Amino acid sequence: MAGLPEHLLRRSAEARAKAEGRDVEEVLAELKGEAPPAPKEPAAGPEPAPAPAAPAAGPGRDLDAESAATGVPVPLLQRAMEGRARREGKPVPAMAGAPASAPAATAPAAAPAAAAAPAAAPAIPDGVTTQRLLTVVKAGAIQQVKSSPQDKVSVWPHLLAIEFVALMVVTAGLIIFSVFVDAPLLEFANFNEQPNPSKAPWYFLGLQELLSYFDPQVAGVIIPTFGMIGLAIIPYVDKNPSVRPSDRKLAIMVFSFFVFASAVLTIYGSFFRGPGFNFSFPWVDGIFFDF
Amino acid sequence: MANGNGKVGLKERVSQAADHVRTSQVWSSIFRPGSPFRAGYTDSPRNRSYVIMNNVLYHLHPVKVKRHAVRLSYTLCLGGLSFFLFILLTITGIFLMFYYRPTSPQAYLDIQALATDVAFGQLVRNLHRWGAHLMVLTVFLHMARVFYHGAYKPPREFNWVVGIVLLVLTLLLSFTGYLLPWDQLALWAVTVGSNMGAYAPVIGDQVSFALIGGVQITPDTLLRWYVLHVLFLPFIIVIFMAVHFWRVRKDGGISGPL
Repeated sequence: MAGLPEHLLRRSAEARAKAEGRDVEEVLAELKGEAPPAPKEPAAGPEPAPAPAAPAAGPGRDLDAESAATGVPVPLLQRAMEGRARREGKPVPAMAGAPASAPAATAPAAAPAAAAAPAAAPAIPDGVTTQRLLTVVKAGAIQQVKSSPQDKVSVWPHLLAIEFVALMVVTAGLIIFSVFVDAPLLEFANFNEQPNPSKAPWYFLGLQELLSYFDPQVAGVIIPTFGMIGLAIIPYVDKNPSVRPSDRKLAIMVFSFFVFASAVLTIYGSFFRGPGFNFSFPWVDGIFFDF
Repeated sequence: MANGNGKVGLKERVSQAADHVRTSQVWSSIFRPGSPFRAGYTDSPRNRSYVIMNNVLYHLHPVKVKRHAVRLSYTLCLGGLSFFLFILLTITGIFLMFYYRPTSPQAYLDIQALATDVAFGQLVRNLHRWGAHLMVLTVFLHMARVFYHGAYKPPREFNWVVGIVLLVLTLLLSFTGYLLPWDQLALWAVTVGSNMGAYAPVIGDQVSFALIGGVQITPDTLLRWYVLHVLFLPFIIVIFMAVHFWRVRKDGGISGPL
């Protein structure tokens, strides 16, 4: 039984021995394809199979009858016989229905059993998958999933303290700023008197700036619409799995270009556009901009 | 403990009273086990977990986060600050609603009255306006921060999309609020802004008509945008924020180190 760990074999043998009321060592030897231990030899007398006698390895051995007598499945008996033959350097006995592996087994007889095992492999036709063992494995053996340890810290107090301080700082800054700087309030809304220049809120001034260069359909509709859609589909376009900046040079460059461009346009539209939305230097003609 | 006079000192009395309150049924029913305000709080790993698990903040934060995530330089608190500014704007906005009527010319007069007749009226109005501009900025910077960290990558793709929706809603909230003072700045900024939208092919005129309630901005627009500003858009943005925060937790918390 090449490739089966000893403890699995033993467990299997113990279970069978318990079920059949036999000796564990005897069953184990049977499973391994060895002769049963010496003291048990007389007890095994009635059944010819496990006896180390030469006739047992003879060509006329009736595995079906043996199987019926011992309860050991035929394939196991057969494999045991082959293994024993290999160890003893004898040709593997031919059996009815089993393809002859004898010629292959004789040559490497001097080699260790492990080396001999592949030699017997050609007995299995190509493309046929053989199953070696069906066994019950305890759940603990296959469910040992260890999560890799991560460097973590408690949210309380580490993160919450930082957040609290951040809130306090921003609130304080905002209050101080609000004490000193009043929100603008111009004259009452007058439909008949359009101020010159009329400017959109600052976050739309980049778009208003684009209106100077493009058709309103392009600057007012197509660019913002496609801009937002373009932003939204970034994760589905950027298939690069890495998050390291050195691996994402193109993505960072493209994104930074658009951020920079919109910042420039917004600043330009806010501070460098005077009456008639014409170019003007804020330090010459004054600032035409309200928050 | 008695002091030298044989009388119970003020300090002891206060501390006894505090103990009495902190062990009362009312107090311990409010502050769940693990709360630092609860009697007998000790700083132990178990209690540090309970502080979050037994707190409404558990909706926002897990018990533990990766060490790099608490570094200020990683997030700059931008997402949290955006949310905080939203809350600040809600509070100051509710205050302003007490003194504001969305009709012409009352709207303008009410804004004027904030500066003269209402205690802290001008300050709250300033907070509301500067906070709103700051929120547009923090939301945008938060987006940029998330991009540069590659934090939109799987499994966080959809949360990025939700974030873009939140950005658009933030801009709309700011824009609808821009009209409400009903002064020259508001009227003409909104005229310029909404004229751009009217160029949309096919649906442009209809969308524009529905949004400003006519072919041009009128006092009716004021009421319409007031309702959008104080009710409709906040309602929508809160839903998207809930999804956004929930997905942050479900998609594995804050993104990994670079």
